Amino acid sequence: MTLLAYENSHTLEVFLIIRCLIMNPFYERTKIEVFMKDKTVRLPRSLLSLGGNITDEKMPIWIQETIKAIMLPIAGLLLFLLIWGTGAQNINTSLGKFPGPTQALEQFNSLMSEHNNERIKEEAFYQRQDDRNSERLALDPNYQIKVRRYTGKPTFIDQTFTSLITVLTGFILASVIAIPFGIMIGLNKNIYAAANPIIQLFKPVSPLAWLPLVTMVVSAVYTSDDPLFAKSFVTSVITVLVCSIWPTVINTAVGTAAVSQDLLNVSKVLRLKPMTHVFKVVIPSAIPMVFTGLRLSLGIAWMVLIAAEMLAQNPGLGKFVWDEFQNGSSNSLGRIMVAVLVIGFIGFLLDRVMLMLQRMFSWDKQAILR
Amino acid sequence: MNSTNKVINPILELTGVGIEFPTPKGPYKALTDVNLKISKGEMISLIGHSGCGKSTVLNIVAGLLQATEGGAVLEGKEVNEPGPERAVVFQNHSLLPWLSAFENVELAVKTIFDKSKSKVEMQEWIEHNLNLVHMGHAMHKRPNEISGGMKQRVGIARALAMEPKVLLMDEPFGALDALTRAHLQDSVMEIQKELGNTIIMITHDVDEAVLLSDRIVMMTNGPSATIGDILKIDLERPRSRIELADDPKYNHCRQQVLSFLYEKQRKVEPLTKATRYKKSKEKQIA
Repeated sequence: MTLLAYENSHTLEVFLIIRCLIMNPFYERTKIEVFMKDKTVRLPRSLLSLGGNITDEKMPIWIQETIKAIMLPIAGLLLFLLIWGTGAQNINTSLGKFPGPTQALEQFNSLMSEHNNERIKEEAFYQRQDDRNSERLALDPNYQIKVRRYTGKPTFIDQTFTSLITVLTGFILASVIAIPFGIMIGLNKNIYAAANPIIQLFKPVSPLAWLPLVTMVVSAVYTSDDPLFAKSFVTSVITVLVCSIWPTVINTAVGTAAVSQDLLNVSKVLRLKPMTHVFKVVIPSAIPMVFTGLRLSLGIAWMVLIAAEMLAQNPGLGKFVWDEFQNGSSNSLGRIMVAVLVIGFIGFLLDRVMLMLQRMFSWDKQAILR
Repeated sequence: MNSTNKVINPILELTGVGIEFPTPKGPYKALTDVNLKISKGEMISLIGHSGCGKSTVLNIVAGLLQATEGGAVLEGKEVNEPGPERAVVFQNHSLLPWLSAFENVELAVKTIFDKSKSKVEMQEWIEHNLNLVHMGHAMHKRPNEISGGMKQRVGIARALAMEPKVLLMDEPFGALDALTRAHLQDSVMEIQKELGNTIIMITHDVDEAVLLSDRIVMMTNGPSATIGDILKIDLERPRSRIELADDPKYNHCRQQVLSFLYEKQRKVEPLTKATRYKKSKEKQIA
């Protein structure tokens, strides 16, 4: 490594640059030369050692690896922000310029403060109601207390949680059905042959096609005066379930069918009972495939839910996006952008959680999971 | 030579065993008319070229395959499904990778002695069998944490723990290096001396067959493979591989097996397409 310095460079400047170089862990600093006035000046060791924790060896590899693992993703993100920022400025829509990172951040903050305001209003509402009720009760002890719920508009955060709860409900229900069903068709070739056409037929169906049917069926079948769940919630959950069940079914079936013949022979020689066979031999062997399916399913569930919420106006992030689109204020695009990023981030988090669960359940701790 | 092999009171009897596999080109007859009687405590080796149906014989005895003609009778009962009284030691250990050595043996013991042994007895029995194969020190390790030889030892312990009437070993040491193999052969001889198991073992290794067996069953080449000859090994036990290396009787037995395999049942492998192509190229160039 050589460093070029101008003739009139201040010694301190040169020194600072050298320090920066030295702090860079990737740099092998056994040879530092400085060009000044066309002359090569070899820096004395003493100067280098002024930099503090400077040694002549490279940093340990694990530190290098860690720094790489942190720096490279950050570099990628910065590059993305740069492209987004510059690109956004050049797109003009009827609602103004396409939002860049700064506008998105502004809208994020405003959504947050709206949420906080709404919470304060809600508290005030309940406070007023309680006060009023206790006043009336003091006047007339036989008064029947009326408690009304706060009916303010759900905020962005509320919508996010609604979506999360919906997707998890749908996904858990789907998994509870899909895993046993997948094991069943994986164990038996005949059942598989019977079920396969149905799976192949329904697997590629978009949620939007299911939605009207599900909505109609739910409103016809799910009738009660005091429903435990809102109809819109049930509709969303069922749509998510129907769309996200297939990857888990297929992957579980494939994993189950792929148990090695040797292990099956062991099971036969031991005359394991069917349940012992499934729990001791089949499931541990199929676990990696089951989780591959679950992760695909959860990804699909999340995507499907947003689409279903948009189309059916069911509460959730999808509705938030649609409402903002219909609203058409100068802030709308920025808010939608926030929603897009939040949707992506939650999807990422959900996948990480599944990966963690897979690590927990997998017997092979050395397996590399991505 | 067959006449010298009269077996009185056999524990296992194969009578006229044959098997046909359906293939797209019509049925393929892999085995025909296999007759064999094995007495209690005998150690039998099956030897033959690859593809001659040794494993098929073993799988029929194990119950993993069904003979299409004849059948196997174990202590007066016909074999028609797999079971723990005919425990199998598989070539590639076949341990469940998610269970430790102890748990692998435990799975077998719990299934078989569910009613007849208490928890403490089972525990002791599992440990006893693992100690028998010298795996007591590593019984809580998973298969991927131990060497190939150790895995095979656990496989043997699992099979022994089933208290089988016949122990079936399908090329048990085929995947091991020569030194480990010798160790395990000694272990098997030791265990057999102690427990007096009836063992049927498939092998490719002439030395292994002569060293371990009471009789060597030599198979002809397939299709329609059958027993070509049976050689009785009249060597005194305990056998030591070092002393036997210089023993004329031992060498005579070896010579007989070798002559069966390489003279009488010489297997001519057909030239593969690649070598044929290469040869024709060479001719062209010449």
